[in-house]
Amino acid sequence: MKPFTDFESRIVPLPLNNIDTDQIIPARFLKTTSKLGLDAQLFCDWRYDALGRPNPDFILNQPRVRGAQVLLAGDNFGCGSSREHAPWALTQFGFRAVISTSFADIFRQNSLKNSLLPIAIPADAHAELLAAVAANPDATVAIDLARQTLTLPGGRKVEFPVDEFSKHCLLEGVDELGYILQQEPAIAAFEAQHPATINALA
Amino acid sequence: MPRTIIEKLWDSHVVFARAGAPTLLHIDLHLVHEVTSPQAFQGLRERGLKVRRPDLTIATADHSIPTSDRSLPILDEIAAKQLAQLEANCAEFGIRCLGIHSDQQGIVHVIGPELGLTQPGMTVVCGDSHTATHGAFGALAFGIGTSEVENVLASQCLLQRPSRTFQVRVDGTLKPGVTAKDIILALIARIGVGGGTSSIFEFTGSAIRALSMEERMTVCNMSIEGGARAGLIAPDDATFQYLHGRPHAPKGAAWDAALASWKRLPTDEGAVYDRTVSIDADSLEPMITYGTNPGMGLAIGAALPDPAQLSDPLQRDSVTKALKYMGLEGGKPLLGHPIDVVFIGSCTNSRISDLRVAAGLLKGRKVSTKVRVMVVPGSQEVKRQAIAEGLPEIFRAAGCEWREPGCSMCIAMNGDQLAPGQYSVSTSNRNFEGRQGKGGRTFLASPLTAAASAITGVVTDVRTVL
Repeated sequence: MKPFTDFESRIVPLPLNNIDTDQIIPARFLKTTSKLGLDAQLFCDWRYDALGRPNPDFILNQPRVRGAQVLLAGDNFGCGSSREHAPWALTQFGFRAVISTSFADIFRQNSLKNSLLPIAIPADAHAELLAAVAANPDATVAIDLARQTLTLPGGRKVEFPVDEFSKHCLLEGVDELGYILQQEPAIAAFEAQHPATINALA
Repeated sequence: MPRTIIEKLWDSHVVFARAGAPTLLHIDLHLVHEVTSPQAFQGLRERGLKVRRPDLTIATADHSIPTSDRSLPILDEIAAKQLAQLEANCAEFGIRCLGIHSDQQGIVHVIGPELGLTQPGMTVVCGDSHTATHGAFGALAFGIGTSEVENVLASQCLLQRPSRTFQVRVDGTLKPGVTAKDIILALIARIGVGGGTSSIFEFTGSAIRALSMEERMTVCNMSIEGGARAGLIAPDDATFQYLHGRPHAPKGAAWDAALASWKRLPTDEGAVYDRTVSIDADSLEPMITYGTNPGMGLAIGAALPDPAQLSDPLQRDSVTKALKYMGLEGGKPLLGHPIDVVFIGSCTNSRISDLRVAAGLLKGRKVSTKVRVMVVPGSQEVKRQAIAEGLPEIFRAAGCEWREPGCSMCIAMNGDQLAPGQYSVSTSNRNFEGRQGKGGRTFLASPLTAAASAITGVVTDVRTVL
């Protein structure tokens, strides 16, 4: 993982509630055994028509959002499946943060493990940001992870929650497994005290 | 201090906890399937790590597996490669794989309980959001992403943040035609698909106690559709009876010891939940979804919502978009709407009792000639039992397809899918746009409602054909 650094970006507005992981990347693309090459399938069924041509009405196909690194979505973004292919597709497309009023739990955890920052902000700030982007598509937000602040186009600074541990992993660019494996003595001690009740190999 | 079963399960699995970090929990059972594991095994390979506890890990093939004749080669080359990769990964890392030709193959959430691997008091994980199914046994069961699959393979542990406890209390008696599926669809319609976010459901109450284990699995299965991290039901005699004698259930003195510990799991008198929602079982009706998320559900006779009546603009947009996708008009009823396909299957409703219920209604009847009806058993064991009871003959005589076990048209990865614009009544768990095939439109309902609609060819209130 690359360390997460502060950045400023234009915004891709997708103001729908409950955008599910089947929209982010449809299940038929999950037959891959790789993490790579998923950017082409991001929002595939909204992005392309039945013949595979880009749908000009869909926001990701509009030239003005090219290069934008922040997705602005409605409530409960990422609901549905546990597929980590969703944050893989989003990051491979170029997104580094998603702003919403809330996120589905598994999607949030998957995103944090892939340098994709889920930024949950209060409804009034969310509405202000949506209005600002509607008024000026070139409006930008600034993201400061260390201070946990999102600066809206009008200059208002909004705090967002990130747990300390995930913040550390993001800023340092390290994953969880190293930390977990450091707890080997505790894991071994737990296992010694709790003999297994099943043996799947038997 | 009195504790809920959720807190007891958490406390008994803490390996390491310190302030400022999530808690490290030990995992008793890790279920693996072909779709969310290849990248995790590759991660282990790149780091030079082994699977820590192959004895607590088991794999099966379910998502991308064809449900047609298994003696034939798999035509989808990408799916074939993924399935072969699962077998190769399991062989390399020493994991038992109940693969495509195993007589114990099946949907991962069907086979865990069936083999007696899922037991009360356990922590269970799987790279699949419907892992909450195993909560029906009084286990704490989380769906996890592929990075976490890798973490658990390597360490048998999972980092978890504390969850809020959310009691769903269902008291009373279900009326004829109303099922476990209707309980969970009614809950999700009430609290919404984000209603359980950051929470774990405990389902309590007399109507839950009256459910069989298979019905309890149906309820817990769709906890994720209510946004919850997990959902569970405290074990009782029904749980113990279901487990007794299963291949991996404890035997002899070990059974007695396990039983004593399982009986200490239920929530203590006086324990406090962060939130409680009560549902009156007597007033429940058969439920069906009309929209593009499982929270867009209603009693089968009710009218569709009218977007013009909704004040919140994003909510109005969502309902408008959903109705447009579904080709439906707000304010009208869904009853009588023509359908093209009925799917009876999935980790929600593919167990033997689900098939019995559907067969009971279809026996001696014919399904509509306008409807394709697919019956997909949840596992090889379910298939064997169904054959022993003569169910495939009933389904075939009625005009249904009887297929091989797998996830099938629930997730439409394996070629079992709707054509664009087609409508299905499906016993599965998700009605998202394109979930059952690009452009397909899904009405989620119980096996009873699905079977009734198969007969008439339109969305039907099962109580009119009972």
